[in-house]
This record gives sequence, C-alpha cells and structure tokens, in this order.
Amino acid sequence: MSKQEQHWEKSRGLLFMTLAIWFVFSIGIFLFGAEMNEVTGPFGYPLTYWFTCQGSLGAFVILIFWFANRQEKIDEEFGFSERGDD
Amino acid sequence: MIKGNFIDNLPKVYGIYTGGFLAFIIIMSIAEQMGMTAKTIGICFVAFTVAIYAIIGYLSRTAQADAYYVAGRQVPTVFNGMATAADWMSGASFVAMAGGIYFKGYGYMALLVGWTGGYVLVASLLAPYLRKFGCYTVPDFIGTRYGGNLSRFMAVVVLTVASFTYVTAQINATGTIASVALDIPFQYAVYVGLVSILLCSMLGGMRGVTWTQVAQYIVLIIAYLLPVFWISNKMGAGFFPHFMLADEVSRIAELEAQFGFVKNSAENLKEVPKGLAGITKAHSAVNATPWAFISLALAMMMGTASLPHVMMRYFTTPSVKAARKSVGWSLFFIFLLYSSAPMLATLSKLSLIDPTLPTGIIGKSITEVQAIDWYQNWNQANLMFVSDFNGNGTLELNEFFMGGKAVVLATPEIAGLPYVISGLVAAGGMAAAMSTADGLILAIANAISHDVYYKIIDPKAETAKRLVVARVLLVVIGFAGATIAALEIQGILGSVIWAFDFAMSGLFFPLVLGVWWKRANKEGAIAGMFLGLVSGAAYLVWVRTGGSGFLGITQLTFGIFGSAVSLVAMVVVSLMTSAPNAATQKMVDEVRIPSGKSILGKQH
Repeated sequence: MSKQEQHWEKSRGLLFMTLAIWFVFSIGIFLFGAEMNEVTGPFGYPLTYWFTCQGSLGAFVILIFWFANRQEKIDEEFGFSERGDD
Repeated sequence: MIKGNFIDNLPKVYGIYTGGFLAFIIIMSIAEQMGMTAKTIGICFVAFTVAIYAIIGYLSRTAQADAYYVAGRQVPTVFNGMATAADWMSGASFVAMAGGIYFKGYGYMALLVGWTGGYVLVASLLAPYLRKFGCYTVPDFIGTRYGGNLSRFMAVVVLTVASFTYVTAQINATGTIASVALDIPFQYAVYVGLVSILLCSMLGGMRGVTWTQVAQYIVLIIAYLLPVFWISNKMGAGFFPHFMLADEVSRIAELEAQFGFVKNSAENLKEVPKGLAGITKAHSAVNATPWAFISLALAMMMGTASLPHVMMRYFTTPSVKAARKSVGWSLFFIFLLYSSAPMLATLSKLSLIDPTLPTGIIGKSITEVQAIDWYQNWNQANLMFVSDFNGNGTLELNEFFMGGKAVVLATPEIAGLPYVISGLVAAGGMAAAMSTADGLILAIANAISHDVYYKIIDPKAETAKRLVVARVLLVVIGFAGATIAALEIQGILGSVIWAFDFAMSGLFFPLVLGVWWKRANKEGAIAGMFLGLVSGAAYLVWVRTGGSGFLGITQLTFGIFGSAVSLVAMVVVSLMTSAPNAATQKMVDEVRIPSGKSILGKQH
C-alpha cells in the first residue's frame, strides 16, 4: 500500500470516529430525550434540557478541536503537513 | 493607518476597537443620565456602528481578484472564526432565537443543536478539502471536480435559490431594526439597511466583508451577553447565569404546573394581534417526539454543511491546517451566543410570570398591567397584548401574549435596565443581520461573476473587468433582495429554515461525495443537484398546498427528502455511467493530502 493510501485510510478512520461521537451528541441522546430528562444533570438542570442548552453544543466545540489535532498528527506522520504558517 | 503589516497588528487594532466601543457605551449612558432621549440614543448607536463598518469597508478596497474573492487567503484562524460567527449568526439568531425557545421550548431547541452540530460535518467532511482545492467559490469546486459547464451552472442555481431565500430575510431584519431605531417607515428603512450592507462589501469584496464581520461580531456579542449577565444579577438569579439558573428553571416548571396550560377558544384568539403568541409549551420538559427533534436537527446540520456563504469563509485561511482549526474557533464564538439564548429565555419568562417578583404580571389585575409603562410601549409596537378572556379581572397565563422578538428587545426594559442597553441591543441586531446579508449577497454575486460570467461566458476577461461585473452584480442582487424584502411576504425564521433545506437538497451530497467518493462523476453530480433541488421544492409546495407529507417530514425539514433523492440519484447515475477519467481521480487524490500546491492556481 502506498504512503498516500495509508494516510487516507487513517484519515478515514478518524472521520468515522468523529462522526460516531457527533452522532451520539446530535442524535443518540435525543432518542431517549424524555427518559433522560428525569435525571438531574450538571449544575442542577434537567439532563436533556442541559444537553440542548450547553452539553451538546460544548461537546461539538471540543470535538472539532480534537479532530483537528488528530488529523494534524496523521498528516505529520506521513510527511503531508504544511510547513510554516498557522 | 492599517496598511503594511496589518495582519500582524490585528489583535491590537481590534483591541483598540473593542475599547473604543465600550467607551462609546459608557459615554451614551452618561448622556442618558444627562437627559438624552431614548430615540437619540437609538439613532446614535445604529449610526455610529454602521459608520465604523463603512470606514472599514472603504479601507479594505482592492483591485485584485484573490483579495476580492478570498481576502488574499491570509486571514488568521481566530479572526476567521469571529468573522464566520458573525456571518453565521443572522438577525434570526440574534432577535428571534431566544423568543423561539421562550415559546416552544424543547422542540425549538433542535435548532440550537442543529446549527452547531453542522460544524462538525463542515470540519471533518468538507472545509479542509475545499481549502486545499483552492477554489474561489463553491460552484468552482463542483465545476472543476466534476467538469463541464452544466455541473458548474447547476451548482450556481442551487446556491442562488438557497442564498436568496436567506438574504431577503436578513434585509428584512436590517429594515425592521433600522425602522425602529431611526424611526422611519419600513419601506424606506429596507433600503437604508441595504446601502449599509453594500458599503461593507462593494469596494473590498471578501476582504472588506471579512474585516467588517470581525467588527460586527464584537458588537453583537457584547450586545447579547451584557444584558443577559446584567438581568441575571439584577434579579439575583446568579452572577454567571449559564451555571446558576437551575433553580429558576425548576421554579418555571413549578409555576407551569400551578397555572396549567389553559387552551384558549378560537373565538378568543381572534382578538390577539397577528404574530403574537402565548405560553403553551413547557419550558424545560421534553415536548416533542424523538423524530420531530432529530429530523429538524439533522436538516439544519446538513444544511449548515451545504450553505456556500459559510463554506467560502474557510477559503480565506492561509492553510488547510488553519481551515480546520478555524472551524473550531467559529463554533466556539457561536457557542458563546447560542448557550446564552436559553438563559435569556429563562430569565425573561420567569421575570414575567412569577407573581412573587416585582416585574411579574401574571396574577395582577388587568387594569394594573395595562397601566405599566413598558406594557404600553410594547403594546403600541404590536409586540404585547393582554385580554381578560374569563372576565375575572385578573391576568392569567393564557391571557398574556407576546411577539417572539420581544424576548430580546423588551426584556432589558422590563427588568428595569437603562435605555442605553436597548440602544446597544438594536446595534447588535443590526450587526447580526448586516453581517449575514453581506456574506450571502457576496456569495451569490461571486458565484455568478466568477462561475457564470468568467468561467462560462467570457474566460478571457481581464481582472479589472471581472471585478466591475462582480460589483455590479452585488448591487443588482442587493436591490432585488431589498425589493422582495419590502413586500414582506414571509417571516424571518421560516425563510431562514427553508434556505437550509434548499441548500442540503441540492448541494450536500454532490459536495461530500466529490471528496469522499472517487467514483462520483459528472452525470451523477448533475442528476443529484437537479433532482435533489426539484424534489425538495416539490415536496415543500405539496405540503404548503395541503399535502399530508410522509414520514413526519414537514415543510421545515423537506431537505431530508430532497437530499435522500439527491443521494440515490447521484449514486445510481454515477454507477450507470463511466468512471471519471484518470486526471480527475488524480485530482481527488491530491485534494486528500494537505501539503503541496492547491489544485487551482492563486489567480484563476
């Protein structure tokens, strides 16, 4: 397998992982919205309500930065990262 | 002043700007103490901020194609994040979102999740790859990846339909705010709004829009957060509302149980002015089925990843790496406002309905409420209404009606904040609507000037001539948008949601598969864009004209149907026709690695 194919395979793996986490916070939780809202979540808000106000939104922010760092590592590993600027 | 190494000086320049704006707020509040009228304060706020944007627009003028189309590809990640956040958060986010949460609760909050979760798709599926491609516009990518003028043209059509639906709503919002703040009729205020919008974008194109959007973000975020924190402290609800409103949320649930949601008769509801609503849904309980919530969130997420005015912001970063990080920063800056909207809705609702608070009106006598100053002001503005349906002389929860906009616009006044805050909120709303309108008009004008005029009609045109065409189109599209906005056919929020559905119907899969599926070819892409857009639009018309719909897909989520058709059409047609040639396959391979030259040259 060429270097480029390996790089793409790893990138695709990262994509699937990112999308899986994304799925949990954007869809998975809300499949059980009514049940989860009975539970008290962070800061004392009802749990599902908290996810719609802050939890899911914050998780997306962290997820994107995590994804960007992981992808950068993959690019560096195969020597495909850009030089200089940031 | 800001020529030369402007980019290196950015933190300083915007630091001074922010300080200057805060000083302006303080000066205005001193002026208010000295007796300046509310109207003058409103005019000062809107005029001062718009003048600043115009100056930035003028200083950013350019005669170079890459500066005009992609701001010279040198916008640092954090600043691009701010610009994208302003580009993204429209008049609807600023003025209408807290109101939507106030009235509809959980079911509406699918929009919060959808409008943020979409950025994960942008970051992982598209933005870095389109940045590597080096295109000027979104159709530029479609046209080069799939080849042929027809695919390029179809992409321009989808882009124009989606963005134009969106932009009329934004010009409408600038008009509404300008007409209130400057006290002129809406029909003229729309054009005042339009001229302000064009001042930012005409001379500098993307460069001008970028630097004004950063300035607009700073104004809008201060204008949103300052009242939320202030009200929360004044009510004694907690100095950091986001972490401290759990008691208030449960108090609202308690009051809801105590009052009950009494249904008004159709006859009584006829009395209520159009556009106003009462509280009929629980504040924090789950009041929508999982599919209703998820389908709306999903439509907004896929729409986010297909809207060209957002995507093109990531063409302006210096590198692929920077494009990825920049998406994260964008969402962070959006998060600051979106996570505050539910808090504002909570504070606003509790301050109105809790009889134990001095601002509470439920349980008071109707005549007493009708005598309150702020009630009279907002009743006159057609945003508040009470009526004694059951004739007991006391105001009940089901007898109080409010417009969605009033949550953001009126809450500071109800809570007893000085008028300077209302002026600030008007300036923030104006900034939010202007920045989005700018991005959208530019996206349409650039796609038509670059992809239709330069790439299809006259490929030999010189840069100067191309930029003249781009600017003329900018003005023409702006006026067309303003003219339609002046007719006031649709509400702000409804048309914004439609824009997302149109974009995802036509563009989501052609864009994503262009990077992630090498086998996707021209015929497939054309079929995907055409059938996606047409079937989405047909579904919307069908449901609007009394059709029952299926699978719970409503007029707000018709993009789910459109994009499903688009995906099937694209895969089937691609597999039935021949694979893309070797050169195209190699191009896709190149796009997938961040290093090396971009596919399209610096000047193209």
